[in-house]
Amino acid sequence: MSEPLIFELSRPGRRATAQAPLTSVDVDVPEQFRRSSTPVLPEVSELQAVRHYTRLSRLNFSIDTHFYPLGSCTMKYNPRACNQLAMLPEFLGRHPLAPAETAPGFMACLWDLQEILKEVTGMRGVSLTPMAGAQGEFAGVAMIRAYHLARGDDHRNEIIVPDAAHGTNPATATMCGCKVIEIPTGADGDVDLDALSAAVGPNTAGIMLTNPSTVGVFDRNIQAISRMVHEAGGLLYYDGANLNAILGKVRPGDMGFDVIHMNLHKTFSTPHGGGGPGSGAVGVSERLLPFMPVPFVGEAEGGGYRWIDESERPQSIGRLSAFMGNAGVLLRAYVYARLLGREGMPRIAEYATLNANYLMKRLAEAGFDLAYPERRASHEFIVTLKRQARELDVSAMDFAKRLLDYGFHAPTTYFPLLVPECLLIEPTETETREILDEFVAAMAAILDEAGQDAEKLKGAPYTTPVRRLDDVRAARQLDVAWKGEDAA
Amino acid sequence: MSTIPADLKYTTSHEWVRHLDDGTVLVGITDHAQDALGDLVFVEAPESGTTVSVGDACAVVESVKAASDVYSPIEGEVVEGNAELADRPELVNQDPYGEGWIMKIRPAEGFDPEGLLESDAYAATLED
Repeated sequence: MSEPLIFELSRPGRRATAQAPLTSVDVDVPEQFRRSSTPVLPEVSELQAVRHYTRLSRLNFSIDTHFYPLGSCTMKYNPRACNQLAMLPEFLGRHPLAPAETAPGFMACLWDLQEILKEVTGMRGVSLTPMAGAQGEFAGVAMIRAYHLARGDDHRNEIIVPDAAHGTNPATATMCGCKVIEIPTGADGDVDLDALSAAVGPNTAGIMLTNPSTVGVFDRNIQAISRMVHEAGGLLYYDGANLNAILGKVRPGDMGFDVIHMNLHKTFSTPHGGGGPGSGAVGVSERLLPFMPVPFVGEAEGGGYRWIDESERPQSIGRLSAFMGNAGVLLRAYVYARLLGREGMPRIAEYATLNANYLMKRLAEAGFDLAYPERRASHEFIVTLKRQARELDVSAMDFAKRLLDYGFHAPTTYFPLLVPECLLIEPTETETREILDEFVAAMAAILDEAGQDAEKLKGAPYTTPVRRLDDVRAARQLDVAWKGEDAA
Repeated sequence: MSTIPADLKYTTSHEWVRHLDDGTVLVGITDHAQDALGDLVFVEAPESGTTVSVGDACAVVESVKAASDVYSPIEGEVVEGNAELADRPELVNQDPYGEGWIMKIRPAEGFDPEGLLESDAYAATLED
């Protein structure tokens, strides 16, 4: 990549005068806490800084420039209107510690968002405070654990997790002090009911399910699963990773789930490439209401809204962040929900599943093997390149890298783990049929190349700012921080 | 085709077991397993003194594709984890049945390894 680090552009004494304070600032910090040396910061002109970051942004492979069918990540269009309204100066200027009565608009937006999410998921309460999906998961299982402990069921510490689950599920259960019981997925993609029946028992705290699952199918036995787990005294946790597939059509609360986390940055379309910021709002059933993380928004006497905190919810699992979640993300999600309205929300699920099923059929016609050919896709589906790997000696990673040359972000590779050489493809509802057709044409062209010249795929990508990286060496010798010129 | 030495015992979860003359056993992952995982970037071998039961997750192998548990095929006590793998996880890829061994276990008194598979039975589990 030709763009240097900004530190390499640095020259002593160079300044962006617009950002430099005109006078020395009198800081009221005790002497022993003040630094004696100058921090190592790049010294560049304002124009250099602008050019550097503009050039970097043009090297980006992003949702704003390319089709991004990254399975399980819901890389849909982020409407500009959401951004525009969340950036109103009255929202941007609000201090997080400002009293609720000084920000009635902000409080009303969060209250409405809580109510909308309750309605669309069928839950009884919603807390917006978790900062990301993984924290939402943590909050969910922590509430399940708190529920059992409050009932004196200290021994209930087993969380059942299907083998198709996201890796965060067993990690969450472990972080909450629970033991993970893994159960297999049946050949048709549904949870193996016999294995579940053998796994539930007096120590069952709950089950963590993603439905539709990570293999891209809706578990048809969800009511039986719900009954089995509840009869054993356990609770059901809904991983909202794939909520986009059922939004406005089916409600997790109606399936019997007791707690759900939602990835608002995915399903409610806030920008989330590159690791954040996220929002992992949680919804709960009646019995988990006392344990919800605080603070959340409640109605105030005589109108308006107020924060509800530990003083009113002594059994709460507590706070998960300094304030109340990522305000900017929540506001964008709120505007998104209001733009769609009650009528618009089911159309998300309808078009997300229509696009996925269209793409799945077209790829099958183009000669690709589906992991679950007899099943209808949810909002995503899995192609397995096991046959191509055996016959042509090309891997799913080779296909993924070559797609970049064709102007498409790669689908998710090698996940879920139980399908060999897989691509997990999620087109989302915001793509046109033309784009989907172009993607199929690119996949077919790459398949053709694989048959003629497998080496071409192995050398891909050729057109990107950086070529194929040595990911093994990168993982073994992780080096992501600039350590100064002396270290270089 | 992956290599499956005839003198070892196997599990359906792709561990191999070699009985040593001193009564201990070596455990590693099979050639098929290392090939399916791809280049390993991290191996966490168990500490000596760890007590294990059959099916316990007692080691972790991580590649650029996936992280997987290694399950104990034996009930007993770990007498040694392969410390070499901390710096050289690639040994498991290069020599899964030799230098890439993961742990040495002393089987519990009277432990009967009847559940382990012979090489041909393990090979049969790999067929589609």
